[in-house]
Amino acid sequence: MLDWLWLIPTFPLAGFLILTLTAGRLPKPVVFGVAVGSVGLSALLTALLGYEFLTSPPESHFYRQILWNWMSVGSFSPNIAFYLDGLSLVWLGVITGVGFLIHLYSVGFMADDPSCSRFFAYLNLFIFAMLMLVLADNLLLLFLGWEGVGLCSYLLIGFWYHEPANGLAARKAFVVTRVGDTAMMIGLLLLFLHLKTLDIQPLMQRAGEQWTAGGTLATLTALLLLGGAVGKSAQLPLQTWLPDAMAGPTPISALIHAATMVTAGVYLIARTHVLFTLAPDIQFLVAVIGAATLLMAGFSSLMQTDIKRIIAYSTISQIGYMMLGLGVGAWTAGVFHVVTHAFFKSLLFLAAGGVIYCFHHEHNIFKMGGLRKRLPVTFWSFMAGGAALSALPFTSGHYSKDEILLTAYTVGASGPLFWAAGVIGALLTAMYTFRLIFIVFFGSDEKTKEVKESFGYSMAAVLVVLSVLALFGGLLKLPLHDVLHSVFSETEQATSVGWVGLVTTLIPFLGIVIVYLFYSARIFSADALMQTGIGRALNRFWFSDWGMDWLYDKAFVQPYKWLAAINKGDIVDALYKGIVVFSRYCHYGVSRTQTGELRWYAAGMVLGIVLIIGVGVLS
Amino acid sequence: MILVWLIIVLFIGGLLAGLAERWSGIAPRWIALAALTIDACLVIVLILDAESLAVSATSSSWITDLKWAWIPRFGITFHLAVDGLSLLLVALTVFLGFMAVSCSWTEIKQGNGFFHFNLLWTLSGVLGVFLALDLFLFFFFWEVMIIPMYFLISIWGHENRAYAAMKFFLFTQVSGLLMLLAIVALVFVHYQSSGVFTFDYFDLLDAALDSTVAFWLMLGFFIPFAVKLPAVPFHTWLPDAHTQASTGGSVILAGVLLKTGAYGLIRFVVPLFPEAAHAFTPVAMTLGVVSILYGAKLAFAQSDMKRLIAYTSVSHMGFILLGVFAWNAIALQGAVMTMLAHGISAAALFMIAGGLQERMHTRDMGRMGGLWDDVPRMAAIALFFSIAALGMPGLGNFIGEVLVLLGAFQVDRAMTVVAALGLIVAPIYSLIVIQKAFHGSPSEHDTIRDFGAREMTAMGFMVVATVWMGLYPQAMMALSEPGIREQGSGIRKEESKQEIHTFGSPIPDSRYLSRGAVIRGQETGIKTSGSSIPIPGPRSPIPESRTDKP
Repeated sequence: MLDWLWLIPTFPLAGFLILTLTAGRLPKPVVFGVAVGSVGLSALLTALLGYEFLTSPPESHFYRQILWNWMSVGSFSPNIAFYLDGLSLVWLGVITGVGFLIHLYSVGFMADDPSCSRFFAYLNLFIFAMLMLVLADNLLLLFLGWEGVGLCSYLLIGFWYHEPANGLAARKAFVVTRVGDTAMMIGLLLLFLHLKTLDIQPLMQRAGEQWTAGGTLATLTALLLLGGAVGKSAQLPLQTWLPDAMAGPTPISALIHAATMVTAGVYLIARTHVLFTLAPDIQFLVAVIGAATLLMAGFSSLMQTDIKRIIAYSTISQIGYMMLGLGVGAWTAGVFHVVTHAFFKSLLFLAAGGVIYCFHHEHNIFKMGGLRKRLPVTFWSFMAGGAALSALPFTSGHYSKDEILLTAYTVGASGPLFWAAGVIGALLTAMYTFRLIFIVFFGSDEKTKEVKESFGYSMAAVLVVLSVLALFGGLLKLPLHDVLHSVFSETEQATSVGWVGLVTTLIPFLGIVIVYLFYSARIFSADALMQTGIGRALNRFWFSDWGMDWLYDKAFVQPYKWLAAINKGDIVDALYKGIVVFSRYCHYGVSRTQTGELRWYAAGMVLGIVLIIGVGVLS
Repeated sequence: MILVWLIIVLFIGGLLAGLAERWSGIAPRWIALAALTIDACLVIVLILDAESLAVSATSSSWITDLKWAWIPRFGITFHLAVDGLSLLLVALTVFLGFMAVSCSWTEIKQGNGFFHFNLLWTLSGVLGVFLALDLFLFFFFWEVMIIPMYFLISIWGHENRAYAAMKFFLFTQVSGLLMLLAIVALVFVHYQSSGVFTFDYFDLLDAALDSTVAFWLMLGFFIPFAVKLPAVPFHTWLPDAHTQASTGGSVILAGVLLKTGAYGLIRFVVPLFPEAAHAFTPVAMTLGVVSILYGAKLAFAQSDMKRLIAYTSVSHMGFILLGVFAWNAIALQGAVMTMLAHGISAAALFMIAGGLQERMHTRDMGRMGGLWDDVPRMAAIALFFSIAALGMPGLGNFIGEVLVLLGAFQVDRAMTVVAALGLIVAPIYSLIVIQKAFHGSPSEHDTIRDFGAREMTAMGFMVVATVWMGLYPQAMMALSEPGIREQGSGIRKEESKQEIHTFGSPIPDSRYLSRGAVIRGQETGIKTSGSSIPIPGPRSPIPESRTDKP
């Protein structure tokens, strides 16, 4: 059964090929059938394989399938090979499961789009690339998936290509993540130079044997891989592409920019956790980046007015939690948060998509209000997702986030600081989530009289299923620990200190109360707060993502454009043009002497004779 | 004999195509296709030979070898031979020959016969360059391929064709003259020490050279190849030639002619002057890295689509220069893969740009935009080759780049890290093509025709080849592997870091680097200042057992 593993990525690939080669000539129902069916088959197969893997695990807790030898030069001989263990299985489940649901949702969402065949082709290609990423047995094949998902992200952000802004957002996403990818590639070069392989398992083993903890090489390679991770997972300092990526269709935001691709960085770090354990400085840096990102993005999210950007910043913030978890060594908790986040964040995006769909592509939350009664399914989905995102007790987000924060508290001297950052982040999370909910779904519905829930059963069903997962996903905690036990070999879980646990659990409620006072009861006025000098400055600062876009624009984009513009004609060519001008000049000079007048020639001859004689006499 | 036929078939095919125009306007095309088909069959026979050879595991990397006396007085022979490396390039040449004929099918309306005559003669010259192992013969073919190419640009080119053709001709001709001087000087030096006049590659490998002389001769070979490659600062003929050439000309130019420069570096510069080339490594690698980044930056600045693609070629050829001078098997294989992959991807992009120009009568991307609506097939294929060009894993170009980086990193880390920045700038120029031409809102233009069956067939082959190279490059690498192994045999796998660092040292003491020592150097390494320098061994068909002074 396990040797069917190769079929899991093959189905979406086949779907992609069918949709591409028929180039939009298939009738829409067939397109939907191919796209959803292929991912559905993958999901089914994943379920079967996962069941087999869990009930009768292979002896060494992993299964490797070598398809063919990719290339072989000297000692460099990577295979096209898959590696299935608990960690890849978790991602496999998320990708095919959530991926299938989002495909199903997209059938409703994109039904009217004339180029939905192209959309589903890209979507299938994405699933394929993401599966390659998590199944890869070596880092080069992982890089194939890594770049592949980046490409699909580019294609889908810019899916509505008529709008130049979408194209710009797409290219920005690609180039910014490519900066991280280049760091990662250099990390790969370094790993191969010193450890002579890129196969992940031997690599980790050799690193453990040959490198000392805290050594330069371990630190450097871990740092470079982290560069790749922060690019793909939109963490500081490469997070600027994700909010703009919301230009893509909403199902894309749910699938790529919430549930799967952006967690690739987390996967990479978890996959190479041995290396990060060997580089405690870098692991600490992971935690610092996670904590800083979750705070920054939390503040930014609080200021946004575009419904999708609010959720996008929230995604950056939540991945910050995952990074924090990895950084403090709560590997399983970090991965657990990936899973629960995939449920509730894709739910939130899809629910937001529902609002946008019914609201004629309106994104501004201040033009909405009182949608609770008009869009009941959407509202309740949003509530479920919001509750889980805010980590209210008994929802899935609560279990994963608490686990991260409680572990963070217990590690080292800086532990309480990390915990405090996480708790402030949790406060912010509850605030921006319920700010959105109060503004959009509560209050008067004057502005939204005509809106009604107009989407079909497929979209509604997906929302319901995801709501259930978001609320009860916490039940996966124990099975997940079992699955990941063989991967991380962690010690027992952190036991919470009384008041710490209490604060962690209750802090979201404080956030809800605050925004309730501001946006629902209206005892305080947010507008008045914005009017004050410092309020306005902070608003603008946080709204624009702490000015980082501006900084990068000034520091990199403009200089590069300037360099390109001033040297469009290629200065090197001036050298050769100079030679041309010089020889032409000589040509004119000499041809001037050819006048056709006899006395000129006679004078020239005499001069020449005198010169020659003179030279002869004098020398 | 099969090698002679490879060249002769195209040669005669060219003549026939030129004559056939009198009888029928379309006959030259079919004659060209027929000639290329015969050549393709011959190439397949050679590949099968190579595979059976690999099974029998003979020590020589040469698949077949042919040597006729030509001008015995000066030791000039008609010597052709093929190994895996040249065979791959021959296959690429024939493949792109088909593409060039296909994309000129409707574009060339006048002078059909003479066009195909020139096309086939260029290809025939290129095949000669890839096969010749007599330096005189090599130079002969080197010149043969330039002249018909000149006509391809100057007759069927665009608005500024005369300038571009002349520039192309002067750059290659002047640098070719350098090579001629270097060849003659090398022969004379060899004559002085051995008393034998010979232009034969294998004999000249043994020439005992003073290190200063070797350095200058090496430069005499390096510059013409760097011009052809082209590497910064010799690249400025390329954008003009590409922009002005007809599509078929651009395909041949980008796909094949540039590769003769890379081939020359691998086949001649490194084996003939190992230690001089060795000493030259830092300069060559720097030129490679500068080409990568400078080419990419210039590409981004262009608004003329063909010019943009031309500059991307400069950038990609930088990887080849880096790979050749990294002196190890991984990087060399990377350089070879880059040659093949770039040959196809650049040719395809030029075919798309040419197709657009044929339809819209402009290359200015500012006047395109939103073309995806009109020509989805063209757009999708342009997207495919753009992402291939930016180094997407799973496609051929990535394999080449990653191997070059892996190999070069073992030699010079700082340089490789800078070269890796090329990965960041590549998408900037690649994606701008897609954005300006195919995405965006539709601009004012007449509706244009999408790719038809003929174009889609050609493109289909190129897409499949690119994917194949990306997912199973081993098929090609197995062919080139024996030659590469001999080429890089001086590089020991277990070589340590100190040894590598001596690569950057100035020309080693000539006493230790007489030619005789070099031959043995491929197995032993030579002692200089306490550390052992592995010298890449030249390739010899004869097992070398001669011993000299230490």
